[in-house]
Order: sequence, then C-alpha cells, then structure tokens
Amino acid sequence: MNATVTTLIELAAKRFDADASAIRPDHDLFDALGIDSFAAAELLSDVEDKFDVEIPDYELQDIKTFAALADCIDRRR
Amino acid sequence: MIDWTLENGVYTLSLGHAPCNEIGTGMLAALEGFLDQVDCDRAHTLIIHSSLRGGFCAGADLRELYAGLQGEDPATHRELLRSFLDRIHGVMDRLDMLPLTTVGVIHGICFGGGFELALCCDVLIAEKTARFCFPELRLGIIPGFGGIPRLRREVGNAMIRDLLLTGRSINAKRALAAGLVSQVVPKQEGMRAAKALAAQSGKFDPKARITAKQFIKPLPREELAREKELFVELALRPTLKAALKKFVESDDPRPYLA
Repeated sequence: MNATVTTLIELAAKRFDADASAIRPDHDLFDALGIDSFAAAELLSDVEDKFDVEIPDYELQDIKTFAALADCIDRRR
Repeated sequence: MIDWTLENGVYTLSLGHAPCNEIGTGMLAALEGFLDQVDCDRAHTLIIHSSLRGGFCAGADLRELYAGLQGEDPATHRELLRSFLDRIHGVMDRLDMLPLTTVGVIHGICFGGGFELALCCDVLIAEKTARFCFPELRLGIIPGFGGIPRLRREVGNAMIRDLLLTGRSINAKRALAAGLVSQVVPKQEGMRAAKALAAQSGKFDPKARITAKQFIKPLPREELAREKELFVELALRPTLKAALKKFVESDDPRPYLA
C-alpha cells in the first residue's frame, strides 16, 4: 500500500468515524464510509487541504475506490 | 426555517431549514419577512450564517421546482418561474444594498442559489470546510438568482468561466486566492471572526460606512435583468425537467458529481 492511500484511508476514517483497519484500498469510498454527497464534498475539502492539491469534481466522477482516489491525488501533486 | 437576533447593533440571521437551506417558496417568504422587519437605524452589521451541519446553503429547492413544472402548459410554467425569479431577485437586491455591513459566514456546501445568496454579502468569511459551486449547467440552465453578474463583480473572468462551464466546486483556500472570500478561518471559527468584524464596523461613522459601500458595490442591474431572461428561456426547455426528474428520483449518494 503506498503512502498516499494509507494517509487517505486514515484521513477519511477519522473524519467519518470509521475503522481504518477495516478499509482496503479497493473498497468503495461511499460504501466504506457510509457517506452522502454533502459528506463527499467535506471529504474532498479535507483531501485537498491535507495533500495540498486541487481536484476538480469532474475528475472524480469515475473514481470509486480509495486506491483510485489516491492515484488521482498523486497525479495532481 | 430562519431565525434572527439583534444585539448591540448586529443582526444575526441564522438559516436553519433542513437538509441544507434549500431555497423554495418557504425560504423565500421567510427572507422577505426578515427584510420587511429589519431596522437599519438600530444596526450597523448583518451576519448571515447557517445553523445546519451540512453547510451554508445547497441552492434552489429542486424538488419544489420539479413539482411546479408538472403539467403541460408552458404559459403556466413561464408565469411560475417569472414570479419566483422576480421575488428572489427582490430579496437578493435588497440584501445586496442594505445600508449595513453584511457578512456571510460560510461552511460546507455553498452551491447554486446558496452561492448566489452569499455573493450578496459585503464580506465573506469561509471556514476551511467551505465549498463553492455553480452546478446549474448540469441541469441545462444557468444560475438565475443573480449569481453571474454578482460573481463577475467579485472575481476575474477566468475563474467565472471555470466555475460556470465546468460546474466544479472550489474550496475555501482557492476561493481566497480568487478574491471571492476575504478571510479563511478554521472550522467553527467563522462566527467568532464575523462578530469581531462586526464590532470593528460598528465603530465607524454610519454615513461614511454606507457611502463607502454604495461607492464600491454598485448593483449590476442590466446584467441581472438579462440573466433572469436567459434563465427563463433555458428553464422552459424539456432539458431542465428531465434533469430534475433524474435528480428527484435518484438514490445515488453522489448526485453532485454527476
């Protein structure tokens, strides 16, 4: 597991009171965190702040998993 | 739905209409009620914020709009849209021009009509969680509550086009860099910052404060009227109704990413 996805899972789990140890990189973000679109916007702000990136929403449309989001973050850094 | 207090010359207007202060006829009437009662001789500042966890305001009440567009008579739809737009523009214009220093405290979602409401304020303080977005093109329309002319009053055309033509959202830090907000504060620190700003504003001579605001913040009347016309023409096409149907019937937790 690369550093980005590890940090991402820890960040998201902490934000939404989930168990980070139960989340794998290939898990679906929305299912694993039990979040709606409002919470997703909150997570996006956290991600942009933590990794100092800016990710347009339209680049997230096909992203389902933590691993895919971590790849997107790394491409934007 | 909304609540307000007046203390030491500071009105605090709290939006509290779950799930996220959607603007329909109820919210519109509540805002009109507030503006009818606000006494500018007894105050120097108005702070607008949301008391809801999810954010400042998610925009127009799309479910109510969809219900209003049922039936087949285009003349009825046009009349309904014009009536609502005339009223909401009245509210936005009155807020925009109030002889008070108006401070918007933004956290979480500030989308569509909510963004347009925020743009009426003189000063925007964004908590780190704030996100700003004009998602209207996803529905086949443009912002209709005065958002485009007011955004143009605040920021450069590159940012306006990016926001409008992609429907993407930006965070508080980006909004600060674009000149859309003037302060970014940590989560839950927005009201403290707004009250400190209000205390400072209250020290100034009222005539000088009001003159400064009127000079620097003219109302873009012609563009506002033009935007309203364009909105109605776009909203009467079947594209909006189809998009609203999809939105209302969707159980997808990510509709804003569609």
